Amino acid sequence: MSTTAAPRVIERKKRTAGAKAKSVVWHLALLAVLVVVLYPAFWVLTASVKENSDILTNISPIPTSITWENFASAFDGMAGVPLWRFFWNSFVIAALSVVGILASCSITAYALGRLEFPGRKTMFAVVIATLLLPGQVMLIPQYLIFSEMDVVNTIFPLVIGKFLGLDAFFVFMYVQFLRGIPRELDQAATIDGAGHFRIFFSIMLPLLRPAIVTSSIFTFIWSWNDFMGPLIYLHEIEKFPLPRLLQSYNNTEAVSNYGGMMAMTLLSLIPVVLFFLVFQKFLIKGIATSGVKG
Amino acid sequence: MSASPSATAAPAASEAGAPTASRKRGAAKRRTPPSRRGERLVGYTFMTPWIIGSLVFTVGPMLWSLYLSFTDYHLVLGGDFIGLENYTAMFADPMFARAVKVTLLYVLLAVPLKLVASLAVAMLLTQSRRGIGFYRAAFYMPSLIAMSVGIAIVWKALFAAGGPQDQFMSWFGWDGGGFIGNPDVSILMLVLLSVWTFGAPMVIFMAGLLQVPGELHEAAEMDGAGKWHRFVHITIPMLSPVIFFNVLMETVHAFQLFGPAFIIGGTAGGPAWSTLFYTVRIYALAFVDLRMGYASAWAWMLVLAVGVVTLIMFRAAKNLVYYAGEDNK
Repeated sequence: MSTTAAPRVIERKKRTAGAKAKSVVWHLALLAVLVVVLYPAFWVLTASVKENSDILTNISPIPTSITWENFASAFDGMAGVPLWRFFWNSFVIAALSVVGILASCSITAYALGRLEFPGRKTMFAVVIATLLLPGQVMLIPQYLIFSEMDVVNTIFPLVIGKFLGLDAFFVFMYVQFLRGIPRELDQAATIDGAGHFRIFFSIMLPLLRPAIVTSSIFTFIWSWNDFMGPLIYLHEIEKFPLPRLLQSYNNTEAVSNYGGMMAMTLLSLIPVVLFFLVFQKFLIKGIATSGVKG
Repeated sequence: MSASPSATAAPAASEAGAPTASRKRGAAKRRTPPSRRGERLVGYTFMTPWIIGSLVFTVGPMLWSLYLSFTDYHLVLGGDFIGLENYTAMFADPMFARAVKVTLLYVLLAVPLKLVASLAVAMLLTQSRRGIGFYRAAFYMPSLIAMSVGIAIVWKALFAAGGPQDQFMSWFGWDGGGFIGNPDVSILMLVLLSVWTFGAPMVIFMAGLLQVPGELHEAAEMDGAGKWHRFVHITIPMLSPVIFFNVLMETVHAFQLFGPAFIIGGTAGGPAWSTLFYTVRIYALAFVDLRMGYASAWAWMLVLAVGVVTLIMFRAAKNLVYYAGEDNK
């Protein structure tokens, strides 16, 4: 990677008093940005242990008194369904999505990026077009198809697209990645008698690993956050993933139990933040090279 | 790594420029060698899930919704073909004007603000100093959670009457209350939410900035070019493919904002339709009112709008975007 080339040039300059002052200004500027950026996160962190009356009126992130009551009521979940159930529902959808993306996008991208067959260009153009196409335009017919298939109120509509390689974004990302792999590799393998399946499984898949890791992390997080899909397709509370739970809770119970709402919100955000902290190096490298949006 | 942002920014260009040496077409097409035939078979086999999926869940539904947009189809009552009536009705529909106004206002405010913020911070972060990794990670983090229902709920609290924003601003003489109850400014909640996610384009800008050769800046500096001059005449042109990519993607996404708008404003886009985003209205028409024909017409107008905007951007990019090493094209 040539990404470190530019700063080194600046680094070589000697550090004078002026440079030190500049560095202080630099840190102050970024710290100011940091405070603004992190304020909402800290606010929800402490709101979850504030008394109900304290949450809205106390602008400071420091609570006047600490209560664990909020978490107790958050764990109770909603309408007799405990909180862990919603976590499990979210997890199942996210995990299936990751598996689906892994299985489908890699083979689709291999065909589009490394093989030649009539219609390939058209298909790739369709992938690019769906990248920019507002998904809302397919929403209604998709709903009609899924209700005809009698799968509304199951997670099938939420994950099937992932298994069919319809996530244009990741297909595109994999194709870009595969194009960077030297053609000589396949040619050498072909001479050694390897078929396309062999090349795909023993050469391309291992080389695709960075792209696979990035796409898995993003798929997990996006599916964890997804709201529109569950809003349209899931109607029974036992089947709700976290975003649907939060939305219902916000409409009903939050009026009387604001603290419980905040605790629940915080708990729902924790997996994503943890995920990010663990994988952040991978993620940021992935975004920088493929332009993934958050 | 070839998957650089500039390559991503111009999918069409990279498609055309992809290595084609091993893919001779034309004369050789008639008598396909066995290996080539194998490639075809494998290609179609690998594409099968995608082909089925696209026909059933993407291309098919698109055509279907185009048809639906010419009907008055209602989920329960059914419907008939009514020609262009939905489209003419749309322009007489006060909700359409409101939704268009809110969405355009959001796009015009959120996209530039977010991108200016992200470029500014990216430039700060590409200086070589301690703690860059930490800042970069901290600034990126909001992008992963901002579109969640959880953060939308936090946002509602932050901008509630008497909440943090209200209190903070009243120190400076503000008497407009919490943004959430004030139709004049409620859209700013969503604009600020979008700006809060500046970390995502920032990371892309950073990658782009690091690709700008340091020699260019050094040479210009020696010729006496000031900081601003170098920014306008070196950084911006060298960065233009990345800028184009970010503007395009942010704009296309901004048109489709749904989750946070739905949680904050509800299906009615309250208060006083000031957060009635276009997609929220599509949802309400289709899944609350069940007027799926009319909602399809709305959806197609969105496709048209995004298509036109994208086209204009690609046109403009032809003159404005500079691809290093492609001067002769």
